[in-house]
Amino acid sequence: MLAVQFTIETAIRVAYLIAAVCFILALKGLTSPKSARRGNIIGAIGMLIAVGMTFTHGIHNTIYIIAAIVIGVVIGIPAARLVKMTAMPQMVAIFNGVGGGAAALVSYSEFIHSPDPHSFAIYQIVEVLLGVIVGCVSIAGSAIAFGKLQELMTGRPITYPFQQVINGVVAAAIVILAFVVVFSPSVSILLIITILALIFGVAFVLPIGGADVPVLISLLNSFTGLAVAASGFAIDNTLLVVAGTLVGASGTLLTQMMSKAMGRSLPNILFSAFGSVVTAASETGGEVRPVRSSTPDDLAVLLAYARKVVIVPGYGLAVAQAQHTIRELSDELKKRGVEVFYAIHPVAGRMPGHMNVLLAEANVPYDELKEMDEANPEFSTTDVALVVGANDVVNPAAHDSPGSPIYGMPILHVDDANAVIFLKRSMRPGFAGIENELLYNSKTTLLFGDAKDSLTKLVAAVKSL
Amino acid sequence: MNIDIIGLLTVFILAVFVGYEVISKVPSTLHTPLMSGTNAIHGIILIGTIIILSDSHGPVQIVLGTIAVFLATLNVVGGFVVTDRMLEMFSTKKSQPKSKSSSEEGK
Repeated sequence: MLAVQFTIETAIRVAYLIAAVCFILALKGLTSPKSARRGNIIGAIGMLIAVGMTFTHGIHNTIYIIAAIVIGVVIGIPAARLVKMTAMPQMVAIFNGVGGGAAALVSYSEFIHSPDPHSFAIYQIVEVLLGVIVGCVSIAGSAIAFGKLQELMTGRPITYPFQQVINGVVAAAIVILAFVVVFSPSVSILLIITILALIFGVAFVLPIGGADVPVLISLLNSFTGLAVAASGFAIDNTLLVVAGTLVGASGTLLTQMMSKAMGRSLPNILFSAFGSVVTAASETGGEVRPVRSSTPDDLAVLLAYARKVVIVPGYGLAVAQAQHTIRELSDELKKRGVEVFYAIHPVAGRMPGHMNVLLAEANVPYDELKEMDEANPEFSTTDVALVVGANDVVNPAAHDSPGSPIYGMPILHVDDANAVIFLKRSMRPGFAGIENELLYNSKTTLLFGDAKDSLTKLVAAVKSL
Repeated sequence: MNIDIIGLLTVFILAVFVGYEVISKVPSTLHTPLMSGTNAIHGIILIGTIIILSDSHGPVQIVLGTIAVFLATLNVVGGFVVTDRMLEMFSTKKSQPKSKSSSEEGK
């Protein structure tokens, strides 16, 4: 009997080892376009092996386990399959949040399962606390990030007086109570910590808005990884520690890469809402300056008789779901012999890389998408740069005005083109909340309206020429 | 509770380095799918939730455990499916320039 148990135990641990290798290969695969899809499938296989082997472990409450998994699958797969490509970021946020919640529950349950909490060693209580706190911050933060992206609430930074101070007080309260629990374990104090951690998760995310939300989701993703690792420590499970830590470490690195692509530091993204809002208010509060706007018919002529047109798609294109219409426009222009390509800023769309996905969905050929470094030298020979729903990523303030919050961010040098057409909903500044000088430039023409409407009109106008 | 804490710490530290090294260079187009892929991987918490629910006694523990398994399942299936959908876009666009019919067959 002992020998049999030993072999099953060994088999499970070998399976966990195989799963861990699968996860590392999955991450490795996801770093290159060629191997990415295979990488994801290897990860899924690793997951299947690990979960399958867990069932050989002499499982009780099997009905509840199976029922919960079946319900999760029945809800999760259609949700993930049916969601629109533009809504992907909020899906990632929600799936990340539930993972954090599960990790917090595992740590919490490990604590309440013990008949006598005082029997825990100090390090075991620390492990439980880390899992609960980080998991709760992750689920609450992800819920708010979801709300912002789904536009259930304003996507802009939400600030109020003494925000940093209040966040600091909540964080301090969590740390103090955590010390209390370490030395005198108590379920009720752990509950108070849970509530405070949820509050902290909300408060931490509120002042982060606009284009910074994706970076925030990436950060919360690595938090969830760490919460999973902490749960692994709490229940002595090596695979949870390995997989959680892999995600925590790679997620942190990915978050840094994302903020670097925006030309900003992570602390700047997390804590700078106050400064940028003030700047925006002082700059936009001034006089109304004249801009040049035009009609779709006039602009269609400009586009149709150009030699080279560069399309700069941005967040507004994603929101208006205009990716198919923009492809129609570029098809019409190409029919007339115009050279057309797309200049993709690393953070265009709702998340880095999101724009490529959207345009690919609209069957835009891969070779027409040019990354920023490839596109920038082309602008000086470009007749018309068509900016659709982008703003901050083409704002010359990023290299002209050192005082600007986006100073130093790499941008597309749209201002080098002979003419610039901006499709904009209104004169409202972009997410960073900064005025864009390019809008007032003499070679810029604006076409106001919803991106999809404006593009549809442009397509019709070009066709009728 | 008999696994050596130092053993787990060793695994933890090594995993930090592996996690950091393995994604050293990622093109920005893959940032979103990579985030989504790592999101799916931390769904491994599912096995933790199964173990916890298996050890649960009494209604409170069982309810909490069942919720945990449900949430973790969402994380796993949602994470992998969303990532696959994103990456599907990347693979069709390579066959795309040839002809339209090939992409139709692909679906």
